[in-house]
Amino acid sequence: MGFKILRKEQLASNIHFIEVDAPRIAKAAKPGQFVVLRINENGERIPLTIADKNIKNGTIEIIFQEAGASTTILSKLKAGDSILNILGPLGEPSHIENIGSVVVIGGGVGIAEIFPAIKEYKAKGNKVTAIIGARNKQLLLTEEKIKNMADELLIATDDGSYGRKGFVTDILKEMIEDKKEINLVYAVGPVPMMEAVSNVTKAAKIKTMVSLNTLMLDATGMCGVCRITVGGQIKFACVDGPEFDAHLVDFKELKTRLSTYRDKEKEAIDHICSLDKIKE
Amino acid sequence: MQPGQNKRVKMPERPAQERIKDFNEVALGLSEKDAISEAKRCIQCKNPKCVSNCPVEINIPAFIKLIAESDFKGANKKIRGKNSLPAVCGRVCPQEDQCEKTCILGIKGEPIAIGSLERFAAEYPPSETPVPIKLVGPKVAIIGSGPAGLTCAGDLALKGYQVKIFESLHTAGGVLKYGIPEFRLPKSIVDNEIEYVKSLGVELITDFLAGKTATIEELFKENFKAIFIGAGAGLPNSLGIPGENFQGVYSANEFLFRVNMMKAYKFPEYLTPVITGKKVVVFGAGNVAMDSARCALRLGADKVIIAYRRSRKEMPARAEEIIRAEEEGVEFLLLTAPVEIIPDDAGRVKQVELLKMELGEPDSSGRRRPKALPGSEFKLDCDLAICAIGNSPNPLIPKSTADLKIEKWGGVIVADNKETSIKGVFAGGDIVRGAATVISAMGDGKIAARSIDEMLSKK
Ligand SMILES: Cc1cc2nc3c(=O)[nH]c(=O)nc-3n(C[C@H](O)[C@H](O)[C@H](O)COP(=O)(O)OP(=O)(O)OC[C@H]3O[C@@H](n4cnc5c(N)ncnc54)[C@H](O)[C@@H]3O)c2cc1C
Ligand SMILES: Cc1cc2nc3c(=O)[nH]c(=O)nc-3n(C[C@H](O)[C@H](O)[C@H](O)COP(=O)(O)OP(=O)(O)OC[C@H]3O[C@@H](n4cnc5c(N)ncnc54)[C@H](O)[C@@H]3O)c2cc1C
Ligand code: SF4
Ligand code: SF4
Ligand code: FES
Repeated sequence: MGFKILRKEQLASNIHFIEVDAPRIAKAAKPGQFVVLRINENGERIPLTIADKNIKNGTIEIIFQEAGASTTILSKLKAGDSILNILGPLGEPSHIENIGSVVVIGGGVGIAEIFPAIKEYKAKGNKVTAIIGARNKQLLLTEEKIKNMADELLIATDDGSYGRKGFVTDILKEMIEDKKEINLVYAVGPVPMMEAVSNVTKAAKIKTMVSLNTLMLDATGMCGVCRITVGGQIKFACVDGPEFDAHLVDFKELKTRLSTYRDKEKEAIDHICSLDKIKE
Repeated sequence: MQPGQNKRVKMPERPAQERIKDFNEVALGLSEKDAISEAKRCIQCKNPKCVSNCPVEINIPAFIKLIAESDFKGANKKIRGKNSLPAVCGRVCPQEDQCEKTCILGIKGEPIAIGSLERFAAEYPPSETPVPIKLVGPKVAIIGSGPAGLTCAGDLALKGYQVKIFESLHTAGGVLKYGIPEFRLPKSIVDNEIEYVKSLGVELITDFLAGKTATIEELFKENFKAIFIGAGAGLPNSLGIPGENFQGVYSANEFLFRVNMMKAYKFPEYLTPVITGKKVVVFGAGNVAMDSARCALRLGADKVIIAYRRSRKEMPARAEEIIRAEEEGVEFLLLTAPVEIIPDDAGRVKQVELLKMELGEPDSSGRRRPKALPGSEFKLDCDLAICAIGNSPNPLIPKSTADLKIEKWGGVIVADNKETSIKGVFAGGDIVRGAATVISAMGDGKIAARSIDEMLSKK
């Protein structure tokens, strides 16, 4: 029963890579799509992006950060273990066409999520500049893979331990000031980063797409927990998104909704830690 | 009790004060003695009016007669021939609008408690365990494992078709699992019914979202000869008032999904959280609203108010559940509609603003249309607001299936035999009707199974 983990790697102190046997999902997945998984009988349904896929082997790859209870439990699974449920591919695929020069931005664990889009933008004949940013060098995920695929890779770290010291938006601003041709910006990462990118490109009138990490539950359009106001209309991120025009997104609302369960999340992590102690 | 006599049995229930402390079942089922005595009241009509109003055509007098003769297993078998989910229907069918409405005894006195008797018989499954059948007929795909899909699947398996159910969620059952709460329909009972359908040889695939994991077109390429869509009406309608996206404002679907499907009432043992309000307001007055209100009570609310824009007479919920909700302390604020949701500084719901209504002329549904009374606005404190004003057909399959014709409001269009605008694709239940009932969904599944059989046996 379930979906078998074939490969597992720790990429940084709290970031992990898994490759999972899921032939149907691998076959159908397109860039920008995600899965929702439930680790075991007591588990929540959590959304995670399909970071890459291998149709021949029938596998999908996921890169995730330990954020709370569920991702911590997931991080403890090993190759050979199974995940009870995985549903996908979910969400609307990215609308990728030839528009000229594209800047693809990944921040934090979002770096791991931009590879399929970069690959597809290239396949459609675009010039792709990738900008990735994280707190420090250790958190720069899949750097090699992106470097080999994109025309250009620019890097920022908060502490200056690698690449340029500063934020991805600093690099983006410079590109705009230098009058580099940019027809589209595509950004995935923490909400404050996506909002900052959006503010920069709004002023410069550059179309920008962001992939929103709202709360999710069923992820099939039935519960509405993922709802978000976009251009004054309510959208469901799991079926209408997760990608939206950044300049229309109500980021304040997104942040409020994301913090709904903050107290409960603490309780959950305390609970699983106490279970671990009992086991030891 | 003598045939034709008026006094109807009443099913024993746990006292309100006790039952609101947990999620265990409220109604306790009939004793053998009561069941037999109620069964004996049936006058065994030659032309039974009750049957004409049962969408799955159960031979009601026949099964009741078997109960009267103490042949409970026989009664069970009699029902199973027509209805693969008797334990469910006995509990959640709106009997007062179905079989019991047309029972002849209802004209002068009280109709036979057909639902209670059906529930009783469901507890006596035939002793022989069904041998898993090797099905060899053409392949049929069923999308969705709610009552429509389960019925269609069961009926086709009985005819020898190789049936595969594709369900998007991690478990089968549809609304029976994620919507209707444990205290009204224990999940173990739904699971038993699903096991029964599986025992007929039906294969169940979960974690498969038709339209995304594979499209209808792709399923035909996998050699399915017919497809039945029973994907339900899962899309929650929104109030369309300011403040709906603040923290603590739930669609009933989200609230019930967390509580029932994910067992949030056992948090943190089960990891899905739910907001447990102290003062809760629920909008709407159907089954969904009653269930939400009663779940909120069981999660520890001090006060639960149902705000409804029409009057008590128009409440669409099952009569029994309205009474039970009231017994448990749910308050009804009638002729009242929400205007705005007001948050605190952190963006969490603090108050709702409501408006008084009066009833005007009847609308297309025959119910009198509520009209706002200007200037009657007032505010109510609350820390949880649940919106239960109805659901619409799930748009995902129509969106991913180019030739599938739908109504303006989203319902899939079908002919009398339940065939859609695409040859070989049938549909039924809430995806066709909009949010309706378990039994109407099952009736549709049954007709579709018959039509699929006709189509495939002709070839
Ligand atoms: C479409 C989509 C794709 C995603 N892809 C990835 C991915 O590829 N890799 C990855 O590491 N994460 C991804 N996320 C975020 C991931 O779903 C959450 O980190 C995860 O659900 C947290 O669960 P938890 O129980 O471990 O933590 P929780 O205890 O639920 O949360 C811990 C912390 O994370 C925050 N949080 C909770 N849910 C989310 C969320 N959905 N998005 C952002 N923050 C959240 C909480 O506010 C809290 O501060 C994605 C989210 C969405 C909606
Ligand atoms: C809270 C609540 C209480 C209710 N109480 C009563 C009651 O007391 N009595 C009564 O008669 N009726 C009641 N109803 C209504 C009744 O439950 C529904 O009318 C009935 O379940 C409809 O059956 P269905 O098979 O059409 O759809 P559903 O039960 O909705 O099942 C549809 C299934 O299809 C799945 N699905 C959806 N899309 C896809 C897809 N693309 N691919 C694969 N699977 C998919 C869904 O996950 C779901 O499991 C209630 C409804 C609710 C929400
Ligand atoms: S299935 Fe519903 S309508 Fe039919 S006999 Fe049973 S309770 Fe009555
Ligand atoms: S109509 Fe009433 S009395 Fe007549 S057969 Fe049906 S249940 Fe019995
Ligand atoms: S996650 Fe439930 S509707 Fe989007």
